[in-house]
Amino acid sequence: MTEFSLTKSGSGEDAFLSVRDLKVHFPTQDGIVKATDGLSFSLERGKTLGIVGESGSGKSVSSSAILGLHSGSNAKISGEIILDGEDLLSLSEEEMRQRRGKDVAMIFQDPLSAMHPYYTVGNQIAEAYRVHNDVTKAAAKARAVEMLARVGIPQPDRRVDDYPHQFSGGMRQRAMIAMGLINDPGLLIADEPTTALDVTVQAQILDLLQDLQREFNSAVIIITHDLGVVAEMADDVLVMYAGRAVEYGPCKEILTHPEMPYTWGLLSSVPEVTGDTDAPLIPIPGNPPSLLNPPSGCAFHPRCPHRDKVADDLCKTELPELLPGGRGPGHTKRCHLANPDEIYQTEVLAEIAPDLVKES
Amino acid sequence: MDDVNLEKPADLEAEEGTVVTAAEEKAPGETILEVENLQMYFPVKSSGIIRRTVGHVQAVDGVSFQLGAGESLGLVGESGCGKSTTGRLITRLYKPTGGSINFDGKDIAKYTPREIKPIRREIQMIFQDPYTSLNPRHTVGSIVGAPLAIHKLVPRNKILGRVQELLEIVGLNPEHYNRYPHEFSGGQRQRIGIARALTLHPKVLVADEPVSALDVSIQAQVVNLLKDLQKEFGIAFLFIAHDLAIVRHFCPEVAVMYLGKIVEVADRETLYNRPHHPYTQALLSAVPDVKQAAIGGRRDRMRLEGDVPSPINPPSGCRFRTRCPLAQEICAKQEPPLLQIGKRHKVACHFAGELGRHPMQPVTAGVLGVDSQGNPDPSVTPIDAPADQPGFADTWFDLPNQAMSKG
Repeated sequence: MTEFSLTKSGSGEDAFLSVRDLKVHFPTQDGIVKATDGLSFSLERGKTLGIVGESGSGKSVSSSAILGLHSGSNAKISGEIILDGEDLLSLSEEEMRQRRGKDVAMIFQDPLSAMHPYYTVGNQIAEAYRVHNDVTKAAAKARAVEMLARVGIPQPDRRVDDYPHQFSGGMRQRAMIAMGLINDPGLLIADEPTTALDVTVQAQILDLLQDLQREFNSAVIIITHDLGVVAEMADDVLVMYAGRAVEYGPCKEILTHPEMPYTWGLLSSVPEVTGDTDAPLIPIPGNPPSLLNPPSGCAFHPRCPHRDKVADDLCKTELPELLPGGRGPGHTKRCHLANPDEIYQTEVLAEIAPDLVKES
Repeated sequence: MDDVNLEKPADLEAEEGTVVTAAEEKAPGETILEVENLQMYFPVKSSGIIRRTVGHVQAVDGVSFQLGAGESLGLVGESGCGKSTTGRLITRLYKPTGGSINFDGKDIAKYTPREIKPIRREIQMIFQDPYTSLNPRHTVGSIVGAPLAIHKLVPRNKILGRVQELLEIVGLNPEHYNRYPHEFSGGQRQRIGIARALTLHPKVLVADEPVSALDVSIQAQVVNLLKDLQKEFGIAFLFIAHDLAIVRHFCPEVAVMYLGKIVEVADRETLYNRPHHPYTQALLSAVPDVKQAAIGGRRDRMRLEGDVPSPINPPSGCRFRTRCPLAQEICAKQEPPLLQIGKRHKVACHFAGELGRHPMQPVTAGVLGVDSQGNPDPSVTPIDAPADQPGFADTWFDLPNQAMSKG
C-alpha cells in the first residue's frame, strides 16, 4: 500500500489543478439555477480529491466545467480553472478540444451509455488515441490492445474487436478507464466510477485506478456518494451541498473530525458493515433543496438539527464563509457553529458509535 | 371513516395512532413462508424462424429457506446471482420451473393465475426503481387505491379515505392524493410504492433493492420507515439488496447467493463476523469502510479475479470454484451441500472455515461418502447429515468433530 501523506489544501498557486470561485449558472424560464456557486479547490499531481454530495449538489456540473463540456449550452460560467498554468475557461472551443482527452480525461458513471453501441470497443479506444496522435490505424489499434491488457481485460487482442454489449459491466468500466488513460492525461475525472458495479468488481476497479494513478502520476478527481470509497481512495475530500463546498480538507480529518452537520448527517445515515446493529440510522430530515430557489443563509439550515445552537437565527439570514474551524488551517467548513468538534463527539458520535466515544 | 365489514376488517382505522395488525394467525417467529428447492430456468431461444430452445439460464437453482412471521431475511449477492428472481418467484410474478413455495400451509408454486389472486393480497412487493414502478399517468390516489378496487375490499366511496390513511402512515401528506408521481422526489416516490404494497395488509413483503436508487441521506429515512412498519404490522420481510451494510442493519438473518444458489445462511453476527464460505468472506472484504480513513490507504482484502460465470452454463461441482482461492479437485467433481454447521448457520463449501483457517481436507467428504479428491469411496459410510433443508434443525454437522452434534 502506498503511503499517503496529507496534502496541503492551502493556496493553489503551484498546484497542478486550481479551481477558483467557479460558478456555473443555468438561466431557465423560472430563474437562474445556480448549479455550482463559488467552488474553489486545488489538486496536485499524484493526488486524489474525493468530491462527495447528493445528486443535485453540483458535483458533476463542476467536473463537466473542467472538461469544458458546457460550451454550447446556455450555461454562464465564471471563475478560473487553472490546469498546469493555463486557464481552461479562457480557451476557445477548438483549443479546449485539443486538451480534452489529452490533458483532462473523464470516466463516466454508466459505461454502457457512455460507449457507442455501434462501434467496437477497440475502435473507440483507438479513436481517442488517433485524435491526439498522428499514427496509423494499425498503430492505434496496437496501442488500444496494450491499454486493454494494462487494465486487465483477458485476451485483449480478441476482445478489442468486441462491441460494448459483449463486455460485462466491470469490463466495460475497465475499457472506459483504458480509453481515459490512453493519452496519459495529467488529470483524470472519475464520475461515480463504481456506482453501477458490484462490490467485488468495485474493489477491482478501485485497485486498478490506484495502480494506474501511481504509474502515470496523474491527479484524480473521484466523484462519489460512497464515503467508504472516499475513505480508501482520496487524499483530500470536498463535501458539496447545494452547489457550494461545505467542508474541505484532508480525507482523514474530514472523516474522523467532521465539523459540518451535513457531513455528520452523511456519516450517520449510512450503516457500516462493522458497526453496531442496534445503533439507529439517523437520516437527514427533509429533501435536498431546489437550486432554483435555494434556502436563505446556509442552504442546509432547513434540514439542520443543530441550527438552534446558533444565536440570532444566523443560519437563516447569513451564508457562512468557508473558513478554518478549530482543527487547523487545512480543514475548512461552512458553518456558524462555534464548537462543532465538541457537538460531534458528545451528540452525534455518542448516538451512532458509542464505542468510539469511549475509546477517545 | 366507519368500520367496513368486509372479508378483512379494515383494521388500520383503529383510534388514531394505534394501529392494529391484521388478524394474527401466526405467532411471531412461526414459519410463514417455506421455500424448498426452488428452481427457475429461463429458456434461451435460438435466432431464426423456428426459435428452438438451445439452453436454459439457470437463474435460481435449488434455493431453500424459511421465513418466520414478522421476521426478516436478507438476500445478498452480486447482480445476476438470482436474488431478484427469487423475490419475483415468491410473489409469483414468475411461475417456478420446480420446487415448492409453502405459504401458510399452501404450496403456491403451481397455482394458476386464478388461484393465485387471493394470495397476492398476502405477499406484496416493493420495487427498486421508484421512477419506473409507478404509472406516470395515474394519480397517487389511484395507484395506492388500485389494489383495494381490484380485490373489492372496500366500497368505491371509501377508497379515498383509506388511501389518505396509508399516505399518512408512510409519511406523505394525505392531501397529495391527486398529484402525479412526477411531482414527487425519489424518496417520496419510494414511499408511494411502499404505501401501495401495504394497502392489502400483506403478511410477507418482498423488498427488492428498496433503497439502492435513492440518495444516501434519503436511504436511511426509507430503511427506518420499513423498520417501523414491520414493528407495527408484523410483516415478514424478504429484503433483497446488494448493499451488505444495509442488509446487516435490517435483517437478523442473512442468506448469501451466488449464481442461483444459496452458499451461506446465518444470523447476522455469525455471517458478518465469522463467515465460513470464501465467497462471503470476499464479499465482506470488498466493502469499502469509512473507518479506513483513520488509517489511510486501502484495506488489505481478499481479491476475487474475473467475473461471475454465465448461468447458462454454470461450472460443474461448486459454482464458485472458478473464482475461489481454495478450489481443489473435489470442487469440480462434487457439488457441496448446504450443510448446517451451527445453531443458525449453514454453509455450502467443501473447505468451510473461518478466514485464514480453512481446513486442508474437505469437510464434506464424510457426508458425501467420497475421498478427498471427490471420487466415490466405498469404504466411507456417508454420515447422515440433512442438507439443503429449508429450515434449521436441532442437531447439526459439527465441523471440528466431523460428526453430528447438538452443540
